[in-house]
Amino acid sequence: MIALKRRRGAAVLAGGVAAFMLLAACSSDSSTEESATEETATEETATEETATEEATADVAAGCEPYAQYLGNEGASVSIFTSILPPEQGLFEQAWSQFESCTGIDIVYEASDQFEAQLPTRIAGGNAPDIAFIPQPGLLAKLVADGGPVPAPEGTVANVDQYWNPAWKTYGTVDGTFYAAPLGSNMKSFVWYSPKVFADKGYTVPTTWDELWALSDQMVADGVKPWCGGLESGGATGWPSTDWLEQIMLRMYGGEVYDKWVNHELLFDSPEVTAAMDVLAGWMKNPEYVNGGFGDVQTLATVGFQDAGAPILAGECGMLQQASFYANFWGNFQEGATVGADGDAFAFYLPAIDDSVAPQPVVGGGEFVTAFADRPEVAAVQAYLASPEFATSKVALGTWVSANSGVPLDAYADGSIDQLSAQYLTDLTGTFRFDASDLMPAAVGAGAMWTQMTAWFAEDKPTAEVLKAIDAAWPAS
Amino acid sequence: MEEILNGLPKLGSAAAAIAIFLAFLLIVFFIGARFRGRLQGPAALIVFLGPALILVTMGLIVPAFRTIYGSTLDANQEEFIGLDNYAWIFDTQQGVLINTLLWIVIAPVASTALGLTLALLLDRMRRESVAKSLIFMPMAISFVGASIIWGLVYEYREPSREQVGLLSQVVMWLGVEEPPNWILWQPFNNYLLMVIMVWIQVGFAMVVLSAAIKNIPADVVEAAELDGATGWRLFSRVTIPMIRATLIVVLTTIMIAVLKIFDIVRTMTNGNFGTQVVANEMYAQSFVQFNEGHGNALAVVLFIGVIPLIIYNVVQLRKERAIR
Repeated sequence: MIALKRRRGAAVLAGGVAAFMLLAACSSDSSTEESATEETATEETATEETATEEATADVAAGCEPYAQYLGNEGASVSIFTSILPPEQGLFEQAWSQFESCTGIDIVYEASDQFEAQLPTRIAGGNAPDIAFIPQPGLLAKLVADGGPVPAPEGTVANVDQYWNPAWKTYGTVDGTFYAAPLGSNMKSFVWYSPKVFADKGYTVPTTWDELWALSDQMVADGVKPWCGGLESGGATGWPSTDWLEQIMLRMYGGEVYDKWVNHELLFDSPEVTAAMDVLAGWMKNPEYVNGGFGDVQTLATVGFQDAGAPILAGECGMLQQASFYANFWGNFQEGATVGADGDAFAFYLPAIDDSVAPQPVVGGGEFVTAFADRPEVAAVQAYLASPEFATSKVALGTWVSANSGVPLDAYADGSIDQLSAQYLTDLTGTFRFDASDLMPAAVGAGAMWTQMTAWFAEDKPTAEVLKAIDAAWPAS
Repeated sequence: MEEILNGLPKLGSAAAAIAIFLAFLLIVFFIGARFRGRLQGPAALIVFLGPALILVTMGLIVPAFRTIYGSTLDANQEEFIGLDNYAWIFDTQQGVLINTLLWIVIAPVASTALGLTLALLLDRMRRESVAKSLIFMPMAISFVGASIIWGLVYEYREPSREQVGLLSQVVMWLGVEEPPNWILWQPFNNYLLMVIMVWIQVGFAMVVLSAAIKNIPADVVEAAELDGATGWRLFSRVTIPMIRATLIVVLTTIMIAVLKIFDIVRTMTNGNFGTQVVANEMYAQSFVQFNEGHGNALAVVLFIGVIPLIIYNVVQLRKERAIR
């Protein structure tokens, strides 16, 4: 009997230990969430205190720009985004004056699982007041499922006044405008080394023809003019979709580009085939590519984040990449500077024909979408679309707004951000969103990546590549 | 330091959660222990089996049926489309199926054969444990980590440049002037990826098979030797039959691991250059391209492929136990 009891005790103990281990494995997730809410709670009380203090005083000096947003003191607006610290702190800093002047408390919550969590939260009746949505496609999906509310008047007015008209269409679903753009990035850049250019006496090309004349000159000097890398883990191939997009927009202009995005123009069409031929003469040209790495096929195995390294060593002339590539140069060479006379800088990939597409720019950005129509939410939305917010955010660095109300000298002088803004804020230019981000995921994050990679790596015939991408387009 | 301090509340809440769970368990066990007589048996069954059954149902059985049902729906899981998703697999994804088949056959056989050879060679060698530890070590590296290591080995640079990849450099020392870009070198790139799997699994095969060889009763070997069996004859007629059950378990275990292979392909090529396998395609369809119909159908194909292997594995394990 004693033995039996002891055995039972051991079983309880064993069960307990097993449960302990199971819980220890599961607990980390739930506890982070808990402490996160705790943190925001303490922040909330802190900002509330300052808000009431300010409200009891008269409208403080320096609060004049926020007069139109007054009348919502003590209200709170929650924002859910994928933008994590340290960028989170910059956002909070940028709107801190707005908070203290208007008494609206903005509660910021970020998650690296944003895109998975947002639909779940909406379905669970726990939608945030505002979300920063990084893709127009996700916005359209959310609108189809119900949730986003149309943009308030203040936001519409700001977007109409300050943004290139193309931006508004990306925040519009079925004729209703929902979401104003927030941050932007510029993809129509070519990176080069100003130091190497100065040494060799090259000048930055300003026309499409000059670009090829320069490329040929580099070939004559014994350097391959272009380098690139398509390898990007699960997203391998995406840089090549950017190249095709640049050419499509430059050759045919915005309207044809839009048709292409909507699959009204097939991939397997004379237009796209001709654009692929141009790309073949550029990034698939054995004389041009792949500087510093080897033949054209090496494009497929070089990581996009390594692709620029030969430029600093003078083994490769140029790299077509987006504005964010500014962050990579320090990895290649300790203390490398980004600037017009530094180790690396970018120039605008020139237009092909101004009469077809004046100053074509391919870019991306995120969109401010609201899920509630309370007045304080509308006030925050309108504020985020205003030049005042964009200017204060831009001043904190490493961020670009396509809001043309932001003066260019708000950016650090000679920075890549300033150069990006110069092109993004041009209201007469041809701005278009990154096409692969607009296409259905089966194409934009699937067939287009893999087929373009096969085109470079395996020399798969152009017609087969284009047919395969068309075949992947979802039927509905 | 500040971060550590900020993390402390998390530890506290974790500890509280554990304490609550333990208290709950103790209560359940306590109540279960109160039952006497006729109810004691069923009560014990419920207390001990209940939670496991609930977890298995929630975590395995329900999702399995949902996946099978989902594989007959379209990309958005809205309309019933019958077996179209399977038609898509067998019409357009043959290369993926063939690659997976190659993986299942070659990688486990190579790992087991190499593991057996090493087990024999190292058996009763001096410092056997040191050599075994070294060979076993890759087993402790994650598939992704191993792939990154081998990615560096296979790295390609123009022959005229300084070589970064070990394989290219070794091959050039051996007199090959223009080594290929290994990862793009179809169809051999598939085998280069399998090398990574073999490198990881060979230690497992070696350790298990070595234990089995040491378990062969000495009198059997002596009897065979007295009858004049040596070398190859001893190995093929005595050793192999004696460890047959273990061999099969090792082989099928590695096969199941290979059937699910995903990390290596994803890290090395993401399925490009003709190296795609079912598990990675399933991930890409479900979570990158959001075609859940395709993803579910591929999951079912994998599931059906694994079932016979698992049954065979379990049957063999039972047989081995029965012998002992």
